[in-house]
Amino acid sequence: MGPKELKKGVVVVGGGPAGLAAAVSAKASGCDDVVIIERGRMLGGILNQCIHDGFGLHRFKEALSGPEYAQRFIDQVQDLGIETLLNTMVLSINDSREILASSREGLFRIRAGAVVLAMGCRERTAGAIFLPGTRPAGVYTAGVAQNLINLQNIMVGEEAVIMGSGDIGLIMARRLALEGASVKGVYEILPYPSGLPRNIQQCLKDFGIPLHLSTTVVELHGRARLKGVTVARVDEARRVIQGTESFIPCDTLLLSVGLIPENELSREAGVAIEPLTGGALVDDTLMTSVEGVFSCGNVLHVHDLVDHVSEEADMAGHFAARFAVGEMKPRDSYIPIAPGRGVRYVLPQKISGEMDVVISLRVAEPMEQKAIVGRDQNGRGIFRKKQVKLHPAVMMRIKVKKEKLQGVSSMEVGVEG
Amino acid sequence: MKKELVCVICPNGCFLEADVVQGESGTEVRQVEGALCKKGVKWASQELVEPLRTIASSVLVEGGEIPLASVRTDQAIPLEAIGRVMEEIKKITVRAPVRIGDVILVRPSGAACNIIATRNVSPKGGQ
Ligand code: SF4
Repeated sequence: MGPKELKKGVVVVGGGPAGLAAAVSAKASGCDDVVIIERGRMLGGILNQCIHDGFGLHRFKEALSGPEYAQRFIDQVQDLGIETLLNTMVLSINDSREILASSREGLFRIRAGAVVLAMGCRERTAGAIFLPGTRPAGVYTAGVAQNLINLQNIMVGEEAVIMGSGDIGLIMARRLALEGASVKGVYEILPYPSGLPRNIQQCLKDFGIPLHLSTTVVELHGRARLKGVTVARVDEARRVIQGTESFIPCDTLLLSVGLIPENELSREAGVAIEPLTGGALVDDTLMTSVEGVFSCGNVLHVHDLVDHVSEEADMAGHFAARFAVGEMKPRDSYIPIAPGRGVRYVLPQKISGEMDVVISLRVAEPMEQKAIVGRDQNGRGIFRKKQVKLHPAVMMRIKVKKEKLQGVSSMEVGVEG
Repeated sequence: MKKELVCVICPNGCFLEADVVQGESGTEVRQVEGALCKKGVKWASQELVEPLRTIASSVLVEGGEIPLASVRTDQAIPLEAIGRVMEEIKKITVRAPVRIGDVILVRPSGAACNIIATRNVSPKGGQ
């Protein structure tokens, strides 16, 4: 006898912020049997450990902590009677939307009307893997340290250095300082910080924690436990400048050197991945290259605001429901959108031109007094959005009305003076 | 005197430039540029006189499904009071169940805020 077989309308893979919002939206959009599959023992995903506030300013007009923000969606999931399978791992998805999953009860198969991929992202660790020196205890990614401190009541150390200036690293610098640890400094290899400006202010400056730009950790010291790190300045090509090395004593090193969308399952399902985002290639319904498979949140591209994750997931959930109930017509022609000068990526990468779209993008480097401009195949302007400050740490979302897309057969989005 | 600062109220994190003069009644903020919304102007005036912040931490939970409940200030408090408020938070242990919004501490060390729970913690082994 093979594994048990189930049939469902919309299957959401992942019970974090993206999965929760997608499930709620799918149900509200007319799909009756929505199920969330979560590998952990609770819903809410990474929000459970993000206890600082600032979540929900767009969505709820309130500054909530991560667990409070998650709970608002968990309450809706429960009120709507959406099924949730916890401690359940999706092992594979194929291109006909057949899912193989495992839980304590064993293996089972689900035939899904539509699938929403909402697996989130994981932390990059490469920064430390390539570091010369010893392999002592006391080296954590910022997110792992956050989990230990905020959920498990385990303090990671007393004297910390942070490598990389991503938002989680900045938030953990403050958290450690509040817990009484001494935070020696944040070392960022780039000439500008990669976290949001407000976190530079409220997590570092407020606590007198120095931020060193164009500087990085080059060596670890210590046998059983970390005893210190060597830091050095780098040039424009990120090469270490000889003679600038200095030793910083510390027992803890936190890595905040980037996040990577977790797309192993998507790849196996045959979903085409866009190298610029590390996530799926999607159209304006957030459908991937595999019919009926949608993607949203950090598995699609790394976000800086959970409010934007929820907004994106609303859309993925809505269209997944439409697809599952057979109300979405297949299409064969699209308008491709490509990043132009000064833009690192745009998303979606192709659109129908028949509905309003929200284009997400990040710029390639910090700039001032520029405009984000969308142009069609003939160089005609489609939209133009002036910005006082542009920063790669800040994801932008630009709404474009469908009226502006008439006669457009391709689009390029770039930064102009 | 020109002062540069970052508004931390929302994720836009506007870079502000404020014109500050030392008047008879202390620091006065004359003009604020760079704010995308009016809140930023008010924020700058407050920031240059007495910076206010919110903080989050966690308290120990006895008999809960997890060992900690996260908490936060329900109002912004003076930046300089944060250390004292943290000391009060560290002394606290609560018993499960904990519900979001439960008041854990009232006006810690005299600060004009309460400390409220930001997550639900059910008792161990059941609701
Ligand atoms: S000035 Fe307004 S828009 Fe700018 S960071 Fe402050 S609150 Fe946000």
